[in-house]
Amino acid sequence: MPNILVVEDSPTMRQLISFAMKRIPNARVIEATDGVDALKKLSSEKVDLILADINMPVMDGLKLVSLVKNNQSYKDIPVIIITTEGAREDKERALAIGANAYLAKPIQTQELIKLVTSFISA
Amino acid sequence: MEKEPGITKKVDEFLEIFRKGEEFTKEILRENEKLRFRIAQLEGAVQKPAEEESVRMYEDRIRKLEEEINAVMERYHKVEEENKDFASKYVEVEEINNALANLYVASYQLHSTLDFDEVLRIIIEIVINLIGAEVFAILLIDEKTNDIVPVSAEGIPLEMVPKARFGEGIIGSVAKEGESYFAADISSGGDVAKGEPIVCIPLKIKEHVIGAIAIFSLLTQKEGFTNVDYELFNLLAGHAATAIFSARLYTQSERKLTTIQSFLELLKEKPKR
Repeated sequence: MPNILVVEDSPTMRQLISFAMKRIPNARVIEATDGVDALKKLSSEKVDLILADINMPVMDGLKLVSLVKNNQSYKDIPVIIITTEGAREDKERALAIGANAYLAKPIQTQELIKLVTSFISA
Repeated sequence: MEKEPGITKKVDEFLEIFRKGEEFTKEILRENEKLRFRIAQLEGAVQKPAEEESVRMYEDRIRKLEEEINAVMERYHKVEEENKDFASKYVEVEEINNALANLYVASYQLHSTLDFDEVLRIIIEIVINLIGAEVFAILLIDEKTNDIVPVSAEGIPLEMVPKARFGEGIIGSVAKEGESYFAADISSGGDVAKGEPIVCIPLKIKEHVIGAIAIFSLLTQKEGFTNVDYELFNLLAGHAATAIFSARLYTQSERKLTTIQSFLELLKEKPKR
Protein backbone atom coordinates (compact mmCIF):
# COMPACT_ATOMS: atom_id res chain seq x y z
CA MET A 1 0.00 0.00 0.00
CA PRO A 2 1.76 3.20 -1.16
CA ASN A 3 1.60 6.12 1.26
CA ILE A 4 1.51 9.47 -0.53
CA LEU A 5 2.24 12.65 1.40
CA VAL A 6 0.44 15.66 -0.11
CA VAL A 7 1.98 18.94 1.07
CA GLU A 8 -0.19 21.89 0.05
CA ASP A 9 -1.39 24.95 1.96
CA SER A 10 -4.46 25.52 -0.19
CA PRO A 11 -7.34 23.31 1.05
CA THR A 12 -8.89 23.32 -2.43
CA MET A 13 -5.71 22.11 -4.07
CA ARG A 14 -4.97 19.66 -1.25
CA GLN A 15 -8.42 18.12 -1.59
CA LEU A 16 -8.12 17.98 -5.35
CA ILE A 17 -4.74 16.22 -5.26
CA SER A 18 -5.88 13.85 -2.50
CA PHE A 19 -8.98 13.04 -4.55
CA ALA A 20 -6.80 12.17 -7.52
CA MET A 21 -4.36 10.12 -5.44
CA LYS A 22 -7.15 8.04 -3.91
CA ARG A 23 -7.86 6.77 -7.42
CA ILE A 24 -4.50 4.99 -7.45
CA PRO A 25 -5.19 1.41 -6.31
CA ASN A 26 -4.45 0.89 -2.59
CA ALA A 27 -2.94 4.35 -2.23
CA ARG A 28 -3.22 6.02 1.17
CA VAL A 29 -3.05 9.81 1.32
CA ILE A 30 -1.43 11.71 4.17
CA GLU A 31 -2.01 15.48 4.13
CA ALA A 32 0.26 18.25 5.35
CA THR A 33 -0.34 22.01 5.18
CA ASP A 34 3.30 23.14 4.87
CA GLY A 35 6.92 21.96 4.99
CA VAL A 36 7.12 21.81 8.79
CA ASP A 37 3.90 19.83 9.00
CA ALA A 38 5.27 17.51 6.28
CA LEU A 39 8.47 16.85 8.30
CA LYS A 40 6.31 15.96 11.32
CA LYS A 41 4.29 13.52 9.21
CA LEU A 42 7.51 12.05 7.78
CA SER A 43 8.80 11.28 11.26
CA SER A 44 5.61 9.49 12.29
CA GLU A 45 4.48 7.78 9.09
CA LYS A 46 6.05 5.62 6.41
CA VAL A 47 5.95 7.69 3.22
CA ASP A 48 6.54 6.34 -0.29
CA LEU A 49 6.17 9.56 -2.28
CA ILE A 50 5.90 13.28 -1.57
CA LEU A 51 3.81 15.70 -3.65
CA ALA A 52 4.68 19.24 -2.57
CA ASP A 53 3.66 22.73 -3.60
CA ILE A 54 6.48 25.31 -3.91
CA ASN A 55 4.72 28.37 -2.50
CA MET A 56 3.70 27.63 1.07
CA PRO A 57 3.85 29.57 4.34
CA VAL A 58 6.18 28.54 7.24
CA MET A 59 8.37 26.33 5.03
CA ASP A 60 8.16 26.28 1.25
CA GLY A 61 8.40 23.27 -1.02
CA LEU A 62 11.98 23.90 -2.13
CA LYS A 63 13.25 24.02 1.48
CA LEU A 64 11.33 20.83 2.20
CA VAL A 65 12.89 19.08 -0.83
CA SER A 66 16.39 20.12 0.24
CA LEU A 67 15.81 18.87 3.83
CA VAL A 68 14.33 15.58 2.63
CA LYS A 69 17.11 14.94 0.11
CA ASN A 70 19.82 15.70 2.70
CA ASN A 71 18.35 13.34 5.28
CA GLN A 72 19.67 9.77 5.24
CA SER A 73 16.29 8.32 6.24
CA TYR A 74 14.22 10.21 3.65
CA LYS A 75 16.60 10.86 0.75
CA ASP A 76 15.25 7.96 -1.35
CA ILE A 77 11.63 9.10 -1.17
CA PRO A 78 10.64 10.48 -4.60
CA VAL A 79 9.49 14.11 -4.48
CA ILE A 80 7.23 15.68 -7.10
CA ILE A 81 7.02 19.47 -7.01
CA ILE A 82 3.74 21.18 -7.94
CA THR A 83 3.52 24.89 -8.53
CA THR A 84 1.84 27.64 -10.50
CA GLU A 85 5.23 28.72 -11.80
CA GLY A 86 5.70 27.59 -15.34
CA ALA A 87 9.07 29.20 -15.77
CA ARG A 88 11.97 27.00 -16.80
CA GLU A 89 14.30 28.33 -14.08
CA ASP A 90 11.85 27.27 -11.32
CA LYS A 91 11.69 23.81 -12.77
CA GLU A 92 15.47 23.63 -13.00
CA ARG A 93 15.86 25.00 -9.45
CA ALA A 94 13.49 22.34 -8.08
CA LEU A 95 15.22 19.54 -9.96
CA ALA A 96 18.70 20.83 -8.99
CA ILE A 97 17.98 20.55 -5.27
CA GLY A 98 16.82 16.97 -5.71
CA ALA A 99 13.15 16.98 -6.73
CA ASN A 100 12.43 13.94 -8.89
CA ALA A 101 9.79 15.57 -11.08
CA TYR A 102 7.95 18.81 -11.62
CA LEU A 103 4.32 19.52 -12.48
CA ALA A 104 2.84 22.93 -13.29
CA LYS A 105 -0.63 24.13 -12.31
CA PRO A 106 -3.37 23.90 -13.40
CA ILE A 107 -2.86 20.20 -12.88
CA GLN A 108 -4.14 17.66 -15.35
CA THR A 109 -5.34 14.86 -13.07
CA GLN A 110 -4.51 12.10 -15.55
CA GLU A 111 -0.98 13.43 -15.97
CA LEU A 112 -0.53 13.61 -12.18
CA ILE A 113 -1.81 10.05 -11.63
CA LYS A 114 0.46 8.75 -14.43
CA LEU A 115 3.51 10.49 -12.99
CA VAL A 116 2.88 9.33 -9.42
CA THR A 117 2.18 5.76 -10.57
CA SER A 118 5.47 5.69 -12.49
CA PHE A 119 7.39 6.45 -9.26
CA ILE A 120 5.36 4.13 -7.06
CA SER A 121 5.62 1.14 -9.38
CA ALA A 122 9.32 1.76 -10.15
CA MET B 1 19.49 -96.44 -95.16
CA GLU B 2 16.21 -95.21 -96.48
CA LYS B 3 13.71 -93.99 -94.03
CA GLU B 4 10.28 -95.34 -94.01
CA PRO B 5 7.87 -92.79 -95.54
CA GLY B 6 5.30 -93.39 -92.78
CA ILE B 7 7.71 -92.47 -90.00
CA THR B 8 8.83 -89.31 -91.82
CA LYS B 9 5.30 -88.27 -92.27
CA LYS B 10 4.59 -88.82 -88.59
CA VAL B 11 7.71 -86.88 -87.62
CA ASP B 12 6.61 -84.03 -89.87
CA GLU B 13 3.16 -84.12 -88.39
CA PHE B 14 4.60 -84.16 -84.90
CA LEU B 15 6.89 -81.24 -85.74
CA GLU B 16 3.93 -79.44 -87.26
CA ILE B 17 1.90 -80.04 -84.12
CA PHE B 18 4.84 -78.96 -81.99
CA ARG B 19 5.26 -75.72 -84.01
CA LYS B 20 1.59 -75.03 -83.72
CA GLY B 21 1.82 -75.72 -79.99
CA GLU B 22 4.77 -73.35 -79.78
CA GLU B 23 2.90 -70.66 -81.68
CA PHE B 24 -0.16 -71.22 -79.56
CA THR B 25 1.91 -70.94 -76.39
CA LYS B 26 3.52 -67.78 -77.74
CA GLU B 27 0.08 -66.47 -78.61
CA ILE B 28 -1.14 -67.25 -75.09
CA LEU B 29 1.90 -65.52 -73.59
CA ARG B 30 1.26 -62.44 -75.77
CA GLU B 31 -2.36 -62.45 -74.75
CA ASN B 32 -1.30 -62.85 -71.15
CA GLU B 33 1.02 -59.89 -71.53
CA LYS B 34 -1.76 -57.83 -73.09
CA LEU B 35 -4.13 -58.78 -70.30
CA ARG B 36 -1.59 -57.86 -67.63
CA PHE B 37 -1.10 -54.52 -69.32
CA ARG B 38 -4.82 -54.05 -69.50
CA ILE B 39 -5.25 -55.04 -65.84
CA ALA B 40 -2.54 -52.56 -64.92
CA GLN B 41 -4.31 -49.91 -67.00
CA LEU B 42 -7.64 -50.66 -65.36
CA GLU B 43 -6.10 -50.70 -61.91
CA GLY B 44 -4.58 -47.26 -62.64
CA ALA B 45 -7.89 -46.02 -63.94
CA VAL B 46 -9.59 -47.21 -60.77
CA GLN B 47 -6.96 -45.47 -58.47
CA LYS B 48 -6.97 -42.13 -60.32
CA PRO B 49 -10.56 -41.12 -59.49
CA ALA B 50 -9.88 -41.95 -55.82
CA GLU B 51 -6.87 -39.62 -55.79
CA GLU B 52 -8.82 -36.89 -57.56
CA GLU B 53 -11.58 -37.32 -55.03
CA SER B 54 -9.19 -36.87 -52.11
CA VAL B 55 -7.58 -33.83 -53.79
CA ARG B 56 -11.02 -32.32 -54.21
CA MET B 57 -11.81 -33.12 -50.59
CA TYR B 58 -8.59 -31.46 -49.41
CA GLU B 59 -9.22 -28.47 -51.63
CA ASP B 60 -12.68 -28.14 -50.10
CA ARG B 61 -11.24 -28.34 -46.63
CA ILE B 62 -8.60 -25.73 -47.50
CA ARG B 63 -11.28 -23.48 -48.91
CA LYS B 64 -13.41 -23.93 -45.81
CA LEU B 65 -10.42 -23.26 -43.56
CA GLU B 66 -9.55 -20.18 -45.57
CA GLU B 67 -13.12 -18.98 -45.19
CA GLU B 68 -12.96 -19.67 -41.47
CA ILE B 69 -9.63 -17.81 -41.22
CA ASN B 70 -11.13 -14.86 -43.10
CA ALA B 71 -14.14 -14.88 -40.80
CA VAL B 72 -11.88 -15.07 -37.73
CA MET B 73 -9.69 -12.26 -39.09
CA GLU B 74 -12.75 -10.18 -39.79
CA ARG B 75 -13.98 -10.80 -36.24
CA TYR B 76 -10.49 -10.02 -34.91
CA HIS B 77 -10.43 -6.69 -36.75
CA LYS B 78 -13.92 -5.94 -35.50
CA VAL B 79 -12.90 -6.73 -31.90
CA GLU B 80 -9.74 -4.68 -32.38
CA GLU B 81 -11.85 -1.74 -33.53
CA GLU B 82 -14.21 -2.24 -30.60
CA ASN B 83 -11.19 -2.38 -28.30
CA LYS B 84 -9.90 0.92 -29.68
CA ASP B 85 -13.36 2.37 -29.27
CA PHE B 86 -13.52 1.14 -25.65
CA ALA B 87 -10.03 2.53 -24.97
CA SER B 88 -10.99 5.96 -26.28
CA LYS B 89 -14.29 5.78 -24.34
CA TYR B 90 -12.30 4.85 -21.22
CA VAL B 91 -10.07 7.91 -21.69
CA GLU B 92 -13.19 10.02 -22.23
CA VAL B 93 -14.82 8.62 -19.06
CA GLU B 94 -11.58 9.24 -17.15
CA GLU B 95 -11.58 12.86 -18.34
CA ILE B 96 -15.22 13.27 -17.32
CA ASN B 97 -14.41 11.65 -13.99
CA ASN B 98 -11.54 14.08 -13.43
CA ALA B 99 -13.70 17.00 -14.46
CA LEU B 100 -16.44 15.89 -12.06
CA ALA B 101 -13.88 15.53 -9.26
CA ASN B 102 -12.66 19.07 -9.96
CA LEU B 103 -16.20 20.41 -10.00
CA TYR B 104 -17.05 18.54 -6.82
CA VAL B 105 -13.98 19.88 -5.01
CA ALA B 106 -14.68 23.41 -6.26
CA SER B 107 -18.33 23.41 -5.17
CA TYR B 108 -17.52 21.63 -1.89
CA GLN B 109 -14.90 24.24 -1.05
CA LEU B 110 -17.14 27.15 -2.07
CA HIS B 111 -19.86 26.05 0.33
CA SER B 112 -17.54 24.97 3.13
CA THR B 113 -17.52 28.37 4.83
CA LEU B 114 -19.66 31.42 5.56
CA ASP B 115 -16.70 33.70 6.03
CA PHE B 116 -16.71 36.34 3.29
CA ASP B 117 -12.91 36.66 3.04
CA GLU B 118 -12.50 32.90 2.98
CA VAL B 119 -15.07 32.57 0.20
CA LEU B 120 -13.07 35.12 -1.83
CA ARG B 121 -9.86 33.18 -1.10
CA ILE B 122 -11.47 29.91 -2.24
CA ILE B 123 -12.70 31.54 -5.48
CA ILE B 124 -9.13 32.77 -6.08
CA GLU B 125 -7.74 29.26 -5.44
CA ILE B 126 -10.22 27.73 -7.87
CA VAL B 127 -9.46 30.28 -10.57
CA ILE B 128 -5.68 29.79 -10.16
CA ASN B 129 -5.52 26.05 -9.56
CA LEU B 130 -8.35 24.72 -11.65
CA ILE B 131 -8.66 27.26 -14.44
CA GLY B 132 -5.03 28.39 -14.57
CA ALA B 133 -5.53 32.17 -14.48
CA GLU B 134 -2.58 34.37 -13.55
CA VAL B 135 -4.04 37.89 -13.32
CA PHE B 136 -7.66 38.32 -12.38
CA ALA B 137 -10.07 40.15 -10.10
CA ILE B 138 -13.38 39.57 -8.35
CA LEU B 139 -15.75 42.51 -8.62
CA LEU B 140 -19.08 43.04 -6.86
CA ILE B 141 -21.92 45.40 -7.72
CA ASP B 142 -22.43 48.21 -5.23
CA GLU B 143 -26.20 48.49 -5.27
CA LYS B 144 -26.11 52.09 -3.99
CA THR B 145 -23.79 53.50 -6.68
CA ASN B 146 -24.31 50.83 -9.37
CA ASP B 147 -20.53 50.62 -9.68
CA ILE B 148 -18.86 47.25 -10.07
CA VAL B 149 -16.18 47.40 -7.41
CA PRO B 150 -13.09 45.14 -7.22
CA VAL B 151 -13.01 43.28 -3.87
CA SER B 152 -10.11 40.92 -4.46
CA ALA B 153 -7.35 40.54 -7.03
CA GLU B 154 -4.58 38.08 -7.86
CA GLY B 155 -1.43 38.82 -9.81
CA ILE B 156 -1.89 42.60 -9.47
CA PRO B 157 -2.54 44.96 -6.54
CA LEU B 158 -6.26 45.47 -5.90
CA GLU B 159 -5.88 49.26 -6.30
CA MET B 160 -4.78 48.77 -9.90
CA VAL B 161 -8.09 47.22 -10.90
CA PRO B 162 -10.47 50.01 -11.97
CA LYS B 163 -14.14 50.14 -11.03
CA ALA B 164 -16.56 49.42 -13.84
CA ARG B 165 -19.87 51.12 -14.54
CA PHE B 166 -22.97 48.93 -14.84
CA GLY B 167 -23.70 48.40 -18.53
CA GLU B 168 -20.46 50.04 -19.69
CA GLY B 169 -17.38 48.28 -21.08
CA ILE B 170 -16.85 44.53 -21.05
CA ILE B 171 -17.27 44.03 -17.29
CA GLY B 172 -20.26 46.40 -17.10
CA SER B 173 -21.97 44.64 -20.03
CA VAL B 174 -21.39 41.21 -18.52
CA ALA B 175 -22.89 42.44 -15.23
CA LYS B 176 -25.88 43.89 -17.09
CA GLU B 177 -26.53 41.05 -19.54
CA GLY B 178 -25.54 38.18 -17.25
CA GLU B 179 -23.70 36.43 -20.09
CA SER B 180 -20.06 35.30 -19.97
CA TYR B 181 -17.54 37.05 -22.20
CA PHE B 182 -14.64 35.26 -23.92
CA ALA B 183 -12.17 37.26 -26.04
CA ALA B 184 -11.51 35.87 -29.51
CA ASP B 185 -7.76 35.85 -28.82
CA ILE B 186 -6.84 34.88 -25.28
CA SER B 187 -3.11 34.49 -25.92
CA SER B 188 -2.24 38.22 -25.90
CA GLY B 189 -3.92 38.89 -22.53
CA GLY B 190 -6.28 41.67 -21.50
CA ASP B 191 -5.75 45.24 -20.34
CA VAL B 192 -6.23 45.75 -16.59
CA ALA B 193 -6.06 49.56 -16.71
CA LYS B 194 -8.76 49.76 -19.39
CA GLY B 195 -10.85 47.12 -17.65
CA GLU B 196 -10.65 44.80 -20.65
CA PRO B 197 -10.39 41.19 -19.56
CA ILE B 198 -9.95 38.17 -21.82
CA VAL B 199 -12.68 36.35 -19.88
CA CYS B 200 -15.44 37.81 -17.76
CA ILE B 201 -17.88 35.61 -15.84
CA PRO B 202 -21.01 37.06 -14.24
CA LEU B 203 -21.69 36.03 -10.63
CA LYS B 204 -25.39 35.21 -10.72
CA ILE B 205 -28.05 34.04 -8.28
CA LYS B 206 -30.68 32.81 -10.70
CA GLU B 207 -30.96 35.84 -13.03
CA HIS B 208 -29.75 38.40 -10.52
CA VAL B 209 -26.13 39.41 -11.15
CA ILE B 210 -24.17 40.37 -8.03
CA GLY B 211 -20.73 40.80 -9.59
CA ALA B 212 -18.18 39.37 -11.98
CA ILE B 213 -14.85 37.57 -12.21
CA ALA B 214 -12.54 39.27 -14.73
CA ILE B 215 -9.54 37.28 -15.97
CA PHE B 216 -6.81 39.40 -17.58
CA SER B 217 -4.18 36.73 -18.29
CA LEU B 218 -3.56 33.00 -18.00
CA LEU B 219 -0.56 31.08 -16.63
CA THR B 220 2.15 30.61 -19.27
CA GLN B 221 1.57 26.86 -19.46
CA LYS B 222 -2.19 27.32 -19.98
CA GLU B 223 -2.68 27.50 -23.73
CA GLY B 224 -6.44 27.53 -23.97
CA PHE B 225 -9.70 26.52 -22.34
CA THR B 226 -11.00 22.97 -22.15
CA ASN B 227 -14.57 21.77 -21.67
CA VAL B 228 -14.01 21.42 -17.94
CA ASP B 229 -12.91 25.09 -17.81
CA TYR B 230 -16.25 26.16 -19.27
CA GLU B 231 -18.01 23.89 -16.75
CA LEU B 232 -15.98 25.56 -14.02
CA PHE B 233 -16.93 28.99 -15.35
CA ASN B 234 -20.60 27.98 -15.17
CA LEU B 235 -20.11 26.54 -11.69
CA LEU B 236 -18.34 29.69 -10.54
CA ALA B 237 -21.07 31.87 -12.04
CA GLY B 238 -23.69 30.18 -9.87
CA HIS B 239 -22.00 28.68 -6.83
CA ALA B 240 -19.48 31.46 -6.22
CA ALA B 241 -22.30 34.01 -6.32
CA THR B 242 -24.38 32.01 -3.84
CA ALA B 243 -21.38 31.52 -1.56
CA ILE B 244 -20.54 35.25 -1.65
CA PHE B 245 -24.17 36.21 -1.09
CA SER B 246 -24.59 33.77 1.83
CA ALA B 247 -21.32 34.85 3.42
CA ARG B 248 -22.28 38.52 3.09
CA LEU B 249 -25.72 37.87 4.62
CA TYR B 250 -24.17 35.83 7.40
CA THR B 251 -21.58 38.54 8.15
CA GLN B 252 -24.32 41.19 8.15
CA SER B 253 -26.58 39.13 10.41
CA GLU B 254 -23.65 38.38 12.72
CA ARG B 255 -22.92 42.11 12.90
CA LYS B 256 -26.57 42.87 13.56
CA LEU B 257 -26.74 40.14 16.21
CA THR B 258 -23.68 41.57 17.95
CA THR B 259 -25.24 45.05 17.86
CA ILE B 260 -28.55 43.76 19.22
CA GLN B 261 -26.79 41.75 21.91
CA SER B 262 -24.77 44.81 22.95
CA PHE B 263 -27.95 46.87 23.00
CA LEU B 264 -29.68 44.24 25.17
CA GLU B 265 -26.69 44.16 27.49
CA LEU B 266 -26.96 47.92 27.79
CA LEU B 267 -30.67 47.69 28.56
CA LYS B 268 -30.01 45.04 31.21
CA GLU B 269 -27.33 47.13 32.82
CA LYS B 270 -29.41 50.37 32.96
CA PRO B 271 -31.73 49.48 35.91
CA LYS B 272 -28.70 48.70 38.10
CA ARG B 273 -27.62 52.36 37.86
